[in-house]
Amino acid sequence: MKITDHVKRLDVKEKINGSLRYIEDMRFDDLHYARTLRSTIPKGKIISIEYPPPEKGITIVDASDVCHKNEVAMILKDMPIFAEDTVNYIGEPISLIVGKDKNQIISFINKIKVNYEIFEPTLTMEDSQSKGDILTEHTFSLGSFENLEYDERFERTYETGYQEQLYMEKQGVVGAMEDGVVTVYGSMQCPYYVLNALKYALNKEAHEVRVIQAPTGGAFGGKEEYPSLLALQVAVATMKLNKPVRLVFDRREDMAFTTKRHPSKSYIKTYIKDKKIVGMDYEIHLDAGPYLGLSDVVLQRAIFTMNGCYGFENSRVNGKTFKTNNVFTGAFRGFGAPQSMYALELHMNQLANYLNVDPIEFRKDYFVHKGETTSTGGIFNEDIYLEEMADALIALSQMHHRKEEKHIGYGVSFIPHGGGFTGDGEAVHIKAEVHLKKVKENIYILISNVEMGQGAITALSKIVASVLDIDIERVLYAIPDTFKVPDSGPTVASRTTMVVGGLLAKAAEKMKARMDEEEVLIVEHFKQPDYVVWNQEKLHGNAYMAYSWSAIMARVHVDPVTYEVTCTDIYGVYDVGIPIDEKLLLGQIHGGVIQGLGYGMLERMTSEGGQIQHHSFSNYVIPTTEDIPNIHAKWIENRFVDGPFGAKSVGELTLVGVAPAIASAIEDAIKKEIHSIPVTPEKILEAIHEN
Amino acid sequence: MKIDFILNGNAVSIESTYTRRLLDVIREDFDLTGTKEGCAEGECGACLVFMDDLLVNSCMVPMANAVGKSVVTIESFAQTEAYKSIENAFMSSGAVQCGYCTPGMVMAVYELFKKYDAPTLQQVKEGLSGNLCRCTGYQMIFEAVAMLVKEGYRYD
Repeated sequence: MKITDHVKRLDVKEKINGSLRYIEDMRFDDLHYARTLRSTIPKGKIISIEYPPPEKGITIVDASDVCHKNEVAMILKDMPIFAEDTVNYIGEPISLIVGKDKNQIISFINKIKVNYEIFEPTLTMEDSQSKGDILTEHTFSLGSFENLEYDERFERTYETGYQEQLYMEKQGVVGAMEDGVVTVYGSMQCPYYVLNALKYALNKEAHEVRVIQAPTGGAFGGKEEYPSLLALQVAVATMKLNKPVRLVFDRREDMAFTTKRHPSKSYIKTYIKDKKIVGMDYEIHLDAGPYLGLSDVVLQRAIFTMNGCYGFENSRVNGKTFKTNNVFTGAFRGFGAPQSMYALELHMNQLANYLNVDPIEFRKDYFVHKGETTSTGGIFNEDIYLEEMADALIALSQMHHRKEEKHIGYGVSFIPHGGGFTGDGEAVHIKAEVHLKKVKENIYILISNVEMGQGAITALSKIVASVLDIDIERVLYAIPDTFKVPDSGPTVASRTTMVVGGLLAKAAEKMKARMDEEEVLIVEHFKQPDYVVWNQEKLHGNAYMAYSWSAIMARVHVDPVTYEVTCTDIYGVYDVGIPIDEKLLLGQIHGGVIQGLGYGMLERMTSEGGQIQHHSFSNYVIPTTEDIPNIHAKWIENRFVDGPFGAKSVGELTLVGVAPAIASAIEDAIKKEIHSIPVTPEKILEAIHEN
Repeated sequence: MKIDFILNGNAVSIESTYTRRLLDVIREDFDLTGTKEGCAEGECGACLVFMDDLLVNSCMVPMANAVGKSVVTIESFAQTEAYKSIENAFMSSGAVQCGYCTPGMVMAVYELFKKYDAPTLQQVKEGLSGNLCRCTGYQMIFEAVAMLVKEGYRYD
């Protein structure tokens, strides 16, 4: 088959007829259920836990059952599996109550009393800063602000709130002892992250612990690092009981206590001379919650992206993560870029408005080009077609044929998104390995990257089938099981098609010459391209191998009476190298646009006293069918030399530019500035009535 | 207590309380797991079943309300001709990503054609507004319905 051929997705029949069993649907003999006893205070010391008298059928599993280290291995090991002496956020797990009868578990858990010595919590980043609780900080710059000649300075501050991934399938894992092996099944993005956490905390070798991915009902980053915590808990429980133990959150727990997008504050100062930008100074703050988790990695993507699609002569970028006693924050599609790009792109539109110039023409003066220097001092190695994309966006949106319409506004954004891990992360940390195996007529893809809805199985199978020029039906994808598949890295950072697909394409090329053999195993390892030069200590060099790009325009209507916003149209022009499958690309575009629309104008999630206030579907509003604009999408072809068939990253890019475009469109409609998202009718009301 | 109802065309009898959720009975007592729990508060539509031909969120139905009723889940609906056209439209249109909302969405699409012979986009948006999907942005689900309309799909 050819890469451009249209295929039906390979994984959907069982999803449509309901026969696919997700983790909550899977059957295990003698299955036990677990429910989490959680901290009810944001910060304090556990003085005592008053458990009711022991009951037959109820087992308590806590820190004392952890046989080696009560630590969840992520970047650091600062988070415990179960809280021992202290608690650091509301919802922090203290123990699991395990049994076969769900009602008995709930009745038992309701009788438990935890006595605390309550400490003063840190609930804002400002408070954290004044206490000196900065977890990490990075600064880099180009040029210099000393002796900078400028006419004026344009300064703004931008804020973003929490966003919940809200995958339709809640977090869930099962731990089971199988032939003496601690086995964890779960809804997850990164089986080897989970395996490494198990090996570390339980002091086990790779052959003593096993992780098997269960069908995953959406993830969006929410199942990147978080499942490691749950996997460790059920592993400890199953080792204690020697029975399979299932932990599935209810929706309230999932929304209130699991990782979500970092709230942020960005401070941007732009130096202007002769109506041109001569320097830009950014600072971004992220609320990490009590544990570092992936927050510093999120921060790095936020700041490496902070210059956006532009090359400014002088720029300085500073980013910080703050320790607080709010819920701990983590990976979510875009990974820091939605916060920094909301701030930058809204700022660019406000600047254009302030200087009274067209926002697209204004940007063109600063667009980056091949061979130019990136904000971290690397070189853009690839062809960049931002001008062409801008013109395509103008044509697609028929911008020059617009009529003046009341209560209607337009906003634009231009976004870069680096594919794969930052800097030399792919080579130094991930070291992906893929296996391609031929057994008789079939070719098996053996990797640890998961299908979570995005279409990975179809895209990767198509890549292999296309290289080998065989029917896609002959390519079979093995469910990630750490006993059977190598570590090809996590299913994150928009890396699956570009990086893992690239390795599979190379493996398939090698397979080609051996198709007449019965059994063949091709092993392929990631090699860093020569043009990627990176110094992690100085954050200097090529922050990414290659960038994908988007140019977005939003059209909104703002109701003059209720200030209700309707986004009527989203126009998007994308450069993702080439689409491996146009339908899959469109699926990502539509889904990302709508998740971005939610981020920009609907999804309000706040925390009071360390407690997430919006923890159900009825008070956290995500887009429904009635909120869907007309989505007009187009893409250009710009093949990336190291991507499979020229493909670059897709998944995250599609979300990032939407919120700033919508926020700018609302400003255009009401002729007022608003400096935070989501832009709710209440904020519009305030903006209109200020002064 | 003993509760009798009809499940996927068969008369069934279970020991249960009146307050137990129909969703739990379907999933736990009969292992019919195509019906999913998304939100447990009647907002997302992942647990839709037909009850005496009404489309209901089974997480909001106590067993007391199901006594003597005829309940049809996705497992049974998937055996019908009416289902096959919807399945084909969903597959061709790319209307499925993670799949968790899909069985409920399929049932809601069927219900849509009960109300309208050829639903317009506005009617589709209204008719499916009780079914949340976080992956697809709904666009390809709209396209699946449009494809059914084009094929002359009829409720029967």
